[in-house]
Amino acid sequence: MIEIRNLSKKFDQFTAVDDLSFEIGEGEVLGFLGPNGAGKSTTMKVITGFLSASAGSVTIDGHDISSDPIKAKALMGYLPEGAPSYGDMSTLEFLRFIGRIRGYRGEELEQRVAHVIQEVALQSVANQTIETLSKGFKRRVGLAQAIIHDPKVLVLDEPTDGLDPNQKHHVRELIKNLAQDKIVIISTHILEEVTAVCSRAIIISEGKIVADGTPADLESQSKYHQAVSVRLTEAYDLEADLSSLTDVSGVERDEENDLVFRILAKDGKSIFTQVSEIAQAKHWPITEFHVSRGQLEDVFRTATQQTGGAE
Amino acid sequence: MDNLGIIFKRELLSYFATPLAYIFIVIFLIANGIFTFDLGGLYARGQADLLPFFSFHPWLYLFMVPAIGMSLWADERKTGTIELLLTLPVRLAHVVVAKFLAAWALTGIALVLTFPVWLTVNYLGDPDNGVILAAYIGSWFMAGGFLSIASCMSACTKNSVIAFILTVSICFLFVIMGSPILLEAFPEWFPQFLVDAFSAMGFLTHFDSIAKGVLDIRDFLFFTVFIAAWLTASAIVIEIKKAN
Repeated sequence: MIEIRNLSKKFDQFTAVDDLSFEIGEGEVLGFLGPNGAGKSTTMKVITGFLSASAGSVTIDGHDISSDPIKAKALMGYLPEGAPSYGDMSTLEFLRFIGRIRGYRGEELEQRVAHVIQEVALQSVANQTIETLSKGFKRRVGLAQAIIHDPKVLVLDEPTDGLDPNQKHHVRELIKNLAQDKIVIISTHILEEVTAVCSRAIIISEGKIVADGTPADLESQSKYHQAVSVRLTEAYDLEADLSSLTDVSGVERDEENDLVFRILAKDGKSIFTQVSEIAQAKHWPITEFHVSRGQLEDVFRTATQQTGGAE
Repeated sequence: MDNLGIIFKRELLSYFATPLAYIFIVIFLIANGIFTFDLGGLYARGQADLLPFFSFHPWLYLFMVPAIGMSLWADERKTGTIELLLTLPVRLAHVVVAKFLAAWALTGIALVLTFPVWLTVNYLGDPDNGVILAAYIGSWFMAGGFLSIASCMSACTKNSVIAFILTVSICFLFVIMGSPILLEAFPEWFPQFLVDAFSAMGFLTHFDSIAKGVLDIRDFLFFTVFIAAWLTASAIVIEIKKAN
């Protein structure tokens, strides 16, 4: 378990992380969201012990990262932003180096290295120097070094940044498989990733938590939660027909397409049946009709703009 | 302590993974040859010792050692590997020492490879090999002194060229500190003990006697303490500057 208590990190006058407190339990995959400069990376750097906190504490399974750093760091695997590694080493040499630092020797070391190479599919580049590898491979090397010791806590700073869709899918599958008995913290600004792999999402802005919940919880905070989306074949006045429904809070026209409308529900109430009945009765010229789960992007924007954190 | 050895080995091998170590060694050997035989006039002196060889070392190290040490930390910061390295279960002190020792070992290897000079004087005459060994060790300790400054300067910046220039400047200061030109520049009224203290910090003060074969444990102690102090400063600088 990770406990973060009143964590703050200041750089001179600038407060990057402002009094954060949360806990993460085993089996959780936490998505750490926020606009650029919100303090995501800084928080991860403090959790992993790279930076020391200005105030507050981080405890990993009972080991405080500032007073007991070696034990706490031994429990963690970390993929820093940009997946840095020693370019002059080959993939194999680099992973052996990390493995040795993690305390493996001899046969066990070779097994560990062989296992992670298999797991993140690095066989084809095992003997290549890292600086000659493509971005996707470099990222996978970074991931391999983070999981070589089968850590209890895995901290990944933008693990899929710069990968192609196939590689992204592969990395997400990997994270899901790893997650069962671990704590995984992923920072990202790709929102689809959160719905794809995370069991919990925290949105931070200006160093503060502005939203915390399961992706479904967060989606339900969206004004588009339970909204009915319709695509028409010709212009039609929907609002006149819907005025009788008290659970409908309004109708929004899509910015890009004049014939696409979103009928918004009041307080997340289900309006699907009512709207579809009206649509049938009034013979709306419909080609598409579906319920929206709510958009994380919308929640993200609302939450981070309230504090003025977004560009 | 295990990790110290692992990091030391990685660092040392990384010098040889690129042409850097080979270029360094070759230039070091060529420059040593020129200094010793042409400028130093090893043959013309007609004495079986290596004084001309060793007396140029401070000036040779002034440019060669910063070239090795400049990337010690600057590159780690530039490529972001410092974040990887310092989030592994290792102590910062061990990393600082391991990196320093690897670079120091490289200067040691270069120094050992000057053995043909030693063979030459042994072939031509009958030198005191004990004195030569002491001078070799003294020279290596002085290289360590230069390198510890390089370690600290490299920790100050992400740019290894800046680290190089800073290191050369500071090393130059320490080389000339004990030289008569600088000592005579002190005004008459200046307290003598301060002048002495100043001169005692100079590399030449300590190395000149070592090169002549005067083996004084205090000279070695000076370089040891000097190295320890600059490495401590390196660790402090890294701790402060790693955030940016």
